[in-house]
Amino acid sequence: MSLAARHLEANGIPTVICGSGRDIVEQAAVPRFLFTDFPLGNPIGKPYDAEMQRAITSMGLDLLESARFPRTTVQTPFSWGDDSWRPGFMRVDESNRELLRRAGEIRKKQQARRKTEGRVRPE
Amino acid sequence: MSEQERFIADPAYRAFVSYIDKSREFYGAQGYERPYRWARNDESPFTPLTKPLSESRIGLVTTAVNLDLPDDTDTEKLPIASTFAAPSDPPPERLFTQNRSWDKEATHTNDVDSFFPIHRMQELVTQGKVGSLSPRYYGIPTEYSQRRTNEVDAPQLLALMREDDVDVAMLVPL
Repeated sequence: MSLAARHLEANGIPTVICGSGRDIVEQAAVPRFLFTDFPLGNPIGKPYDAEMQRAITSMGLDLLESARFPRTTVQTPFSWGDDSWRPGFMRVDESNRELLRRAGEIRKKQQARRKTEGRVRPE
Repeated sequence: MSEQERFIADPAYRAFVSYIDKSREFYGAQGYERPYRWARNDESPFTPLTKPLSESRIGLVTTAVNLDLPDDTDTEKLPIASTFAAPSDPPPERLFTQNRSWDKEATHTNDVDSFFPIHRMQELVTQGKVGSLSPRYYGIPTEYSQRRTNEVDAPQLLALMREDDVDVAMLVPL
């Protein structure tokens, strides 16, 4: 998504990215980034919280207008509340290491099968 | 104190989540020996707005897929990913997200506007904050290949937006 924003911007369309994966977006270097410190999946606000969603969408529009330089990041004021998602997401520890190893084997087989069956994007 | 508790409670550790670190360790544990090389740039292009937002047409972009399928759909049976445009009116009430990497333990994506603010944007158009919503919204796949994003998906997205006379874009990755 960051690369797409850069492409649009380089071709005359101003962009804003609204997201929660801060390091990924900032390292790619984008024109304008509205960051919400939530677990990945709800970068516009909590489900069914229309007021929060409207506020975040509106802040994204404000950032489109207000940024004067590229790589402008603005953080929204919202907090998820419970922080257990921070260590929880993509957790790797002794309790799941074997499970992950086996999941990886299955995933690799699926990827290989997709390739041999031609279910991949053409080059 | 467990590692998990320390992460949350101890200010000697950062609370900020690095997805670059997490995905490297996670896929490493799955047996992928060569970590993903994320895009890294020192500079960004920048295009100032040429007219007020209240007179501009905005295009919304998602990484979700415009299919109304149950969450337990076998992602192996999905069509091959591609860049797309679909009508904004009526707005989609569901988008398929299960094939994307997001925190499926902490939350859900049953409310489209929690990750794709199409109804919220309509409201902001009605209020006059933004001129109009593009007649179509857009999707681009999350691609492992940066070359494919740069050479295929991003140019296709630009072409679709030019067909619709889009002035500004809001991109919302999951």
